[in-house]
Amino acid sequence: MTVSILLFLPVVAAVLTLFFKNEVAKHAALFFALVELGLAISFVTGFVPNASIQYLVDLPWIPQFGIYFSAGIDGISMVMVLLTTVLVPLIILSTYEHQYKNGKALYALILFMQAGLLTVFTALDGFLFYVGWEAALIPIYFICALWGGENRIRVNIKFFIYTFAGSLFMLVAIIYLYLQTPSKLYDIHSFYELSLSLKQQNWIFWGFFIAFAIKMPIFPFHTWQPDTYTEAPTAGTMMLSGIMLKMGIYGVIRWLIPNAPNAFAYWGYYALILSVIGIVYGSVIAFRQKDGKRLVAYSSIAHVGLIAAGIFAWSVQGVQGAMIQMISHGINVVGMFFIWDIISRRLGTRDISLMGGIAKVAPKFSIAFLIIVLGTVALPLTNGFVGEFLLLKGVYNYTIVFAAVAGLTIIFGAVYMLRMYKNVMQGELNELTATFTDIKGSERLVLGIICALIIIIGVYPQPLLHLSEASVTNLIQTVSAKFTATKF
Amino acid sequence: MTSIIIISILPIVLLYLGLYKAQKALLPVAVLGLLAALVTSVLQWTILDEAQPIYNGMLLYNNFSVAFSVISIISTILILLLSKGYFEKISNHIAEYYAIILFSLAGIIVMVSYHNLTMMFIGIEIMSVSLYILAGIRKNDFASNEAALKYFLMGAFSTGFLLFGIALIYGATGTFDIDGIRDWLLNSPRKIDPLFYTGVMLIIVGLCFKVGAAPFHFWTPDVYEGAPSLITLFMSTVVKVAGFAAFLRLFSACFLPIAQFWTPVLLVITIITLFVGNITALYQQSFKRMMAFSSISHAGYLMFAIVAIGAASANAIFMYATAYSIASIIAFGGLILVRQQTGTDGFEGFNGLANKNPFLALVLTVAMLSLAGIPLTAGFIGKFYMFSGALSQYRIWLVIVAVVNAIISIFYYFRVIVAMYFRNADREQVEVPAYYKFVLGFSALATILVGVYPTVISGLIK
Repeated sequence: MTVSILLFLPVVAAVLTLFFKNEVAKHAALFFALVELGLAISFVTGFVPNASIQYLVDLPWIPQFGIYFSAGIDGISMVMVLLTTVLVPLIILSTYEHQYKNGKALYALILFMQAGLLTVFTALDGFLFYVGWEAALIPIYFICALWGGENRIRVNIKFFIYTFAGSLFMLVAIIYLYLQTPSKLYDIHSFYELSLSLKQQNWIFWGFFIAFAIKMPIFPFHTWQPDTYTEAPTAGTMMLSGIMLKMGIYGVIRWLIPNAPNAFAYWGYYALILSVIGIVYGSVIAFRQKDGKRLVAYSSIAHVGLIAAGIFAWSVQGVQGAMIQMISHGINVVGMFFIWDIISRRLGTRDISLMGGIAKVAPKFSIAFLIIVLGTVALPLTNGFVGEFLLLKGVYNYTIVFAAVAGLTIIFGAVYMLRMYKNVMQGELNELTATFTDIKGSERLVLGIICALIIIIGVYPQPLLHLSEASVTNLIQTVSAKFTATKF
Repeated sequence: MTSIIIISILPIVLLYLGLYKAQKALLPVAVLGLLAALVTSVLQWTILDEAQPIYNGMLLYNNFSVAFSVISIISTILILLLSKGYFEKISNHIAEYYAIILFSLAGIIVMVSYHNLTMMFIGIEIMSVSLYILAGIRKNDFASNEAALKYFLMGAFSTGFLLFGIALIYGATGTFDIDGIRDWLLNSPRKIDPLFYTGVMLIIVGLCFKVGAAPFHFWTPDVYEGAPSLITLFMSTVVKVAGFAAFLRLFSACFLPIAQFWTPVLLVITIITLFVGNITALYQQSFKRMMAFSSISHAGYLMFAIVAIGAASANAIFMYATAYSIASIIAFGGLILVRQQTGTDGFEGFNGLANKNPFLALVLTVAMLSLAGIPLTAGFIGKFYMFSGALSQYRIWLVIVAVVNAIISIFYYFRVIVAMYFRNADREQVEVPAYYKFVLGFSALATILVGVYPTVISGLIK
């Protein structure tokens, strides 16, 4: 069994979904997403957690240019594949209460995007990686622009141009690397074997960095993000924040640092500073937000900043923390956006100051909300804690000052998240919130699964950590062996 | 070489058909004749590419010529299919239309297979004279007349440059044969006659005019806008592609030994062309004018292959030209349909198209994505080849300029997508005739097929 099944199934599923009626399409899409999840689980059970690349597929694509359809799964990819395949069915299920106009197109786009995401996470060929990268972008542009809010046209063209600009520079970097390989291959391993001068590596570093920094986003490349998240339909926001931004983080681990190790040794410090600035900046602005969805969007900048900081610190703890935090953040942020989707669907507004007392009328909802908030603020025994702990430890080993600043996120996060929870759920009921009805049906299912995942991963993260450990250790050793420039 | 003969005889047959009022037979005969030419052309393809010059060294019909003839003939067939019902509306002389387009195509086949500067000139002239007539064929239309006059005056001027250049080169080398000129360059005494350099410069001016590269592009917008849409389509695809094929053939086979002389010139032209085309396209309110200016910027991308000349240049131009031609056919086909219904060339004519015509909106989206160079479409493969070629010559700054331009182009190509999908308008369904369905569907499929698996056509030229 090779990874190609995993990559092509969503494409076929997307096409098939278009043939269903709009009302049935969501069931079909959910079915396909679950099949994909089943496939991924069978991949996990057959996976040997060592540093090797498994389920390899390697077919000629444009052989005269050294381009091969080459993809495989190692520990790092496995975690990302798991994240994608778990979240997509949840996201589809979370749209069940919506009546989207021309819904089958939405579900087809989600499935097509899944194919792009999985390609990014498993590609071992630079060209394939780039194609997957863009193949994920086109569907999300249409999802956000077709089913989004009022300002969707302006906001989404900004989003598209931002990300497309970044990725073109990455394409140039990839082509440049290809031209340097002695055997003229786009294969990632022949990229890894290159020993380029520091000047060349600097170019490569910035080419990749801009693309990934925009995607994550790292301060100051984040300006597209809050608007896009706010204007997008909830399914789009979830795809963006839950999975798509992880493309950037994954790219840093797999493509940026190993391909330009010396440039990274030189610039990594500054990248770390930017990440830490992002943490504080995101938190401070989140604190001031009245719109719940926007608040979550800014808090996401802070959380991603911490993940990025952990990676730029480049130690086993840091990167392992990033791996597990990517999963946790994906689950939590999808839960959080779903919470706000439920609220805005019921009350017609997302303004926190208009709310209060919802816990009284919706006890089940309030429990789920609380668990997700606790997971987001990284309370011990929730999934957020494991990741943030490892990440902070990684940053701490690098420099204690940054760890102290980054540690503020935990406090900041707790402040604005708990304040949000308090304002929305506690206090007195008012006319608006009295109409709130408790969650039911598919909403209960989605929130139940999310809460269960938060607690299970929080209590017993070992299997997940074990999946990626060997690959991460191996990657860090090979790259660190190449550092020649001195670290700061 | 049979294809040139077929394509030359075909228009005469069509003129006779017109004379005897057999108007229904025009399109089938033209298409069948072109298919025959296509087949004879493909049969000339050889694996080892060992064709020899024919007709006393006048023509060389090698794989390069086969590939460019094929794309020119296929584009022409698609354009002719779109013309079903189009020419009848704007003129009484339908047979002339078909005949003149095919005469022009005959010139184009010569342009992609010449082996002698005189043949290049003859090819360009056969093509151009036909185009002067085509641009002005709507005799009672003011814009069409302006287009024809402008095109003719400017074209005649540039032809003068071209011919003068050829004459100077003949004066320096004593031969018109492109192998002969190359050998003269390789074996020439230490110093090459300034006459020769002047000749090269004049030829560059003449050819840049023909392909619409800045700063010799001023005729393009008005001519493209004034000419009937299908003629504009023919000019911006087949003609432009043939111009580049001729350009590349001359510079790669003949002037390569003095590349350090003309490369800086073309580099400057390329960069100006990219920016002029893109930035002006950004400010257009009319879809047709936007396509005209964007075709200038595409000329800039095509110049990449000549600036960074190398073994892969022919392939790169071929890929890019194919992608660009197919996408333009979709874009203009869509424009013609929308215009027939709304009476406007502007972007607002596309508002809300996706609700009523999902198919038309979808194929137009594919075309726009391809023109913008988004992966999984042929346009991306074209840009990818161009970038690779330029980077392999270490022209990093050129590529960065191109990247910036690719980003700018997103703005105006996405305006069409935004109008079709995200803006609402009360509109009737646009009627899409079966011919259009076929051409647009075929082109969209080809765009995606080439984008996903370019190996299907990239092996044509080694």
